[in-house]
Amino acid sequence: MNTLQEKYANEIETILAKYPADHKQSAVMPLLYIAQREDGYVTKQDLVEIGEILGMTSTEVASIVGFYTLYHDKPAGKIRIQVCNDLPCALRGADEFLEKLCENVGIQVGETTEDGLVTIEAVMCLAACDKAPMFQVQTGDGIEYYEDQTVESALELIEGWKTQEKES
Amino acid sequence: MAEQKVTGHHILLRHRDIPDIGKFEVYTAQGGFETFKKAVTSMEPEAIKQIVLDAGLRGRGGAGFPTGRKWMFVDNNNWPHYLVVNADESEPGTFKDREIMDKNPWQFLEGIMCSAYAVGANDIYIYLRGEFWQLAHQLDEQIQKLHEENLLGEKLFGTDYSLNIFTHLGAGAYICGEETALLNSMEGVLGQPRLRPPFPPAVGLYNKPTVVNNVETLANVALILEKGAEWYRSFGTAESAGTKVFSLSGRVKKPGNYELPLGSTYRELIYEYGGGIIDDGQIKGIMSAGASSAVIVATEEALDTPMAYESVPKLGADLGSASVIILDQTVDMRWLINKTIHFFKHESCGKCTPCREGNFWMQNLTTRIWEGGGDQTDVDLLHNVAKNIQGKCLCALGEFSTMAVVSSIERFSEDFKV
Repeated sequence: MNTLQEKYANEIETILAKYPADHKQSAVMPLLYIAQREDGYVTKQDLVEIGEILGMTSTEVASIVGFYTLYHDKPAGKIRIQVCNDLPCALRGADEFLEKLCENVGIQVGETTEDGLVTIEAVMCLAACDKAPMFQVQTGDGIEYYEDQTVESALELIEGWKTQEKES
Repeated sequence: MAEQKVTGHHILLRHRDIPDIGKFEVYTAQGGFETFKKAVTSMEPEAIKQIVLDAGLRGRGGAGFPTGRKWMFVDNNNWPHYLVVNADESEPGTFKDREIMDKNPWQFLEGIMCSAYAVGANDIYIYLRGEFWQLAHQLDEQIQKLHEENLLGEKLFGTDYSLNIFTHLGAGAYICGEETALLNSMEGVLGQPRLRPPFPPAVGLYNKPTVVNNVETLANVALILEKGAEWYRSFGTAESAGTKVFSLSGRVKKPGNYELPLGSTYRELIYEYGGGIIDDGQIKGIMSAGASSAVIVATEEALDTPMAYESVPKLGADLGSASVIILDQTVDMRWLINKTIHFFKHESCGKCTPCREGNFWMQNLTTRIWEGGGDQTDVDLLHNVAKNIQGKCLCALGEFSTMAVVSSIERFSEDFKV
């Protein structure tokens, strides 16, 4: 049984239709995003199932996961706060922002809060250099940008997500 | 966001002159998609290529290659053809394509549609960096709208020409902005560069003739066809026609995108549009093309240099993607190269040994030089390693990684004195 295929049959069909029929492998990236949707990371089972759908070995699929930063092979917080501290953002205070944010949340860069909700990561340029400090938030559902941030505004956002999580 | 000064030269950032141009009705009320219709129903593809060549449009992704000439390389004995739009925008300091696609999407879409017709492509793929997730969804809806309006699909306007557009999301890899790595990524294999030649216009996506162009480049095309090559050449310099979106970042008061005619000076960009240096400090250096740029010493002469393809090389740098990062006297060049090398070490795809190993060793050295414990031997060794990477890699990434290192050590030697 191929869980991904069964669960997302229509969506997978739409994705495959984007590419020539003899080049199904092009769909590996969109399918990895689907696989990540539920748990926020790609499981070994997902590798096998995507391989089955596209005619790839699970090792080939795993190599794609390893090559890109937005695919994850290990669980982390439900919400990944990815702060850009690359050169242009760092020239506008991103390193201090990241340090103070981590200090206030009580974790180190790369760590997850005890409740499993938030992971804070440092990432490379996100093409928002004029709006630093900034971060993107990656969840299973996608990616959102938060620009012109302060430590206070970021902490408020985190509080908001915590409340939402408790209510759901 | 800081208040943006109206430049009066908006060809690309037209939403700053016409705020609602992101709405389909507003764009069509400006004559939008008439050019595409005219092209498909009454123009020969070869004639369009010639107009774009005559306009002097050059690739805005960084290389500055004449767009019309690239199109003329497409192999007409091998079909189908593809147009792949490079929306991977990942160079640190570059954030122009995002604004164009987000705020002036229909002009971008009409530009790529006219371009696809010119190169004989029936399928366009827009390769967006994975972080542009929301933008990709927005474009998907806009593409859907174009189908509903019969501007995309089969047998357009009663001709035999059919056209479809698909978005494809990357997943966070700078190297995929290199066109052959991008094609590999789209094919579902590792996003590493290919050996060239053959170049994509001969052998590209799925081994078919493919044109890969940057977002900003193609966003010009519909207006060039509408208003003519001569109109476009009335902006800019003889060798650098048109306007360019300059992404200004770093230690300036008003960072942001500014669209100016090519040939405008660094002084105008930094002081007139960017509001000058933070805290009215002293400017120290200019990175003219993002993190992969050599650092220009910000002399009076440099500030008065025209930002054009032919002028910036006189300062020992390149116009590139025109992502201008400003450094002031608070910036220590040891810190700067530690940042850029951290980036390139992370983004090296691992294919070529000089880049993969070289960046590993350069990172060890820049860390030691910046964090303490480094001495003159380390600086000399770093310079030596960087020089030995140059000219030895398949793609430009290896070369790029060395630019800030070599230029900083050579031009800002006082920062490296122990």
